[in-house]
Amino acid sequence: MRRCRSPVRFYLPVLALVALLTLAACRPAPTAGAAEEAPTTGQAIQNKGSDTLVNLALAWAEAYQQVKPEVSIAVTGGGTGTGIAALINGTVDIANASREMSAEEFEAARAAGVEPVEIPVAIDALAVIVHPDNPVDRLTIPQLADIFTGRITNWQEVGGNDAPIILLSRETNSGTHVYFLEEVIRQGDENNKDIFAPQTLLMPSSVAITNELTRNPNAISYDGLGYVTGHEKVLAIARDENSPYVYPTIETGSDGSYPLARYLYMYTAGEPTGDVADYIEWILSPEGQAIVTELGFVPLEQE
Amino acid sequence: MPSARSETRQGVTMMTPLTARRRVGWQRIGEFIIERLIWIAGISTIVLVALIFIFLLREGLPAFVSVPLSELFGPRWYPIENIFGLWPLLFGSLLVTFGAIVIAVPLGLTTAIYLGEIAPQGQREILKPLIEMLAGIPSIVLGFLGWVALAPLIQRLGAPTGLTAFTGSLLLAYMSLPTIISISEDALYAVPKEYRDGALALGATQWQTIWRVVLPAARSGLVIAVMLGIGRAIGETMAVMMVTGNAANVPALGSGIMFQPVRTMTATIAAEMGEVAQGSQHYHMLFGIGIVLFIITFAINSLATRIVGQPVNRRRRGQL
Repeated sequence: MRRCRSPVRFYLPVLALVALLTLAACRPAPTAGAAEEAPTTGQAIQNKGSDTLVNLALAWAEAYQQVKPEVSIAVTGGGTGTGIAALINGTVDIANASREMSAEEFEAARAAGVEPVEIPVAIDALAVIVHPDNPVDRLTIPQLADIFTGRITNWQEVGGNDAPIILLSRETNSGTHVYFLEEVIRQGDENNKDIFAPQTLLMPSSVAITNELTRNPNAISYDGLGYVTGHEKVLAIARDENSPYVYPTIETGSDGSYPLARYLYMYTAGEPTGDVADYIEWILSPEGQAIVTELGFVPLEQE
Repeated sequence: MPSARSETRQGVTMMTPLTARRRVGWQRIGEFIIERLIWIAGISTIVLVALIFIFLLREGLPAFVSVPLSELFGPRWYPIENIFGLWPLLFGSLLVTFGAIVIAVPLGLTTAIYLGEIAPQGQREILKPLIEMLAGIPSIVLGFLGWVALAPLIQRLGAPTGLTAFTGSLLLAYMSLPTIISISEDALYAVPKEYRDGALALGATQWQTIWRVVLPAARSGLVIAVMLGIGRAIGETMAVMMVTGNAANVPALGSGIMFQPVRTMTATIAAEMGEVAQGSQHYHMLFGIGIVLFIITFAINSLATRIVGQPVNRRRRGQL
């Protein structure tokens, strides 16, 4: 009598299957550190970190193939923090960073017996951009902080038209978002807990920012100088009211007069040796720095 | 089991006992395998849903434990500073979905009534497949269209930016229309012709027949159509992400409420899941949003079953 089969007998296998698969799902995943391979001694250089730097690092690695075909370089992104953690764990040779290592990270590195060496490899200038029809052409950093935290909401207050300010920003996972938060909104003050105004439109990409900016005359945003397409108006920025207003260019970025320029770094565990040292020396050479300009970043000053 | 064997024995009395037994054996094995296969196919859905739910709970519940409730209902969502207020996201999702329903339900139902009750056969045969084709447009394509064409239009209408809740609602309404239309049209089609003939014979006009007889008779199907439309709207991600501006903002109440940027729960998960550190509070919080979404859709479905369930039973008992 199949019909009369008890519900327990029917559901038991179902429950067993669910339980089994749940157990399988709950098995702890192998930790990220354990899955990574130790740095291969010899030819392959492991390079990991900042997403801002990843395109540049890839371009360098590709160009270096022409210079020294016998050295292969593996470049991965994942973010500055990921790169530095990998350097501390000894799984990469070079960590890319779009900010300086924090004091905590230095401590962790020393505790692990690693003495990180910081090498600035390029400069990134952050341009503040508006619609070409916007009459405003310069702002101070305190003004920018007021605008992006929502304390100033009308262009009139900074010398523009009587129109609401539309704030555009990258998503929170962007390193540039974090840099803008720390250096502009909080003006470098660690105790300042200001954040972006809630009405800030978070755009998924640089393209989306450019698109909205070119059709919205009241929008303001920021982006790396390398991503400025020429359809936007770039503003001159001053550190404060008494400082000179400076446009972001390769020159003002490299001589430090533009206030929103930051170094991009590579970190190595101890002074670089062998292939790694040769590679970094090549990056810092005029040949390596020419690629920096090509990708829209600011090259280091050549002595 | 014994009764099954005796039945098959009766059916093969003409054969010699040996071949009969062999045949019966094969039949029983074949039947056993097929039954098992169907059983596995049938329960696999249940197992999968159970697994998804367990996984969601495992990853999402820690968020509700570690973040205090007062903060969960806070007005700000800023995960890189560990500020996890769900309210703007919930509000954003509900606002966009509500706007989509207000636009899509009247439009969808009237289209279905026209198609099912009023349109001549020829028109119906052209329109119906065309509407069903709309359902096949990938949502990302609609999102792109909305971003490129619809948003500038909304901005020209006077909104501070084209990326608003209303833009999202329009797109979602368009996306849920095919679902609402085809399912409600099927529901109207299922109403027996005798009902209409009866009403008309009693002297009712066509409109009276539709309003008083056909629509009530098709009620359960229409509710399902609307609920599936809502389900499509609240779960949609990519198109909404492209046109609502993604500002985790609780819009000021007032006439302009629909013309402000919002951030939906689905867009938040999609935008932030890619870069989040596994096991972090933010990671658990994103799964927490998943739980909230799950609860909302579950509530909508239960509500639909409840609304649909009662009149159907009553009708089966002989009433209209």
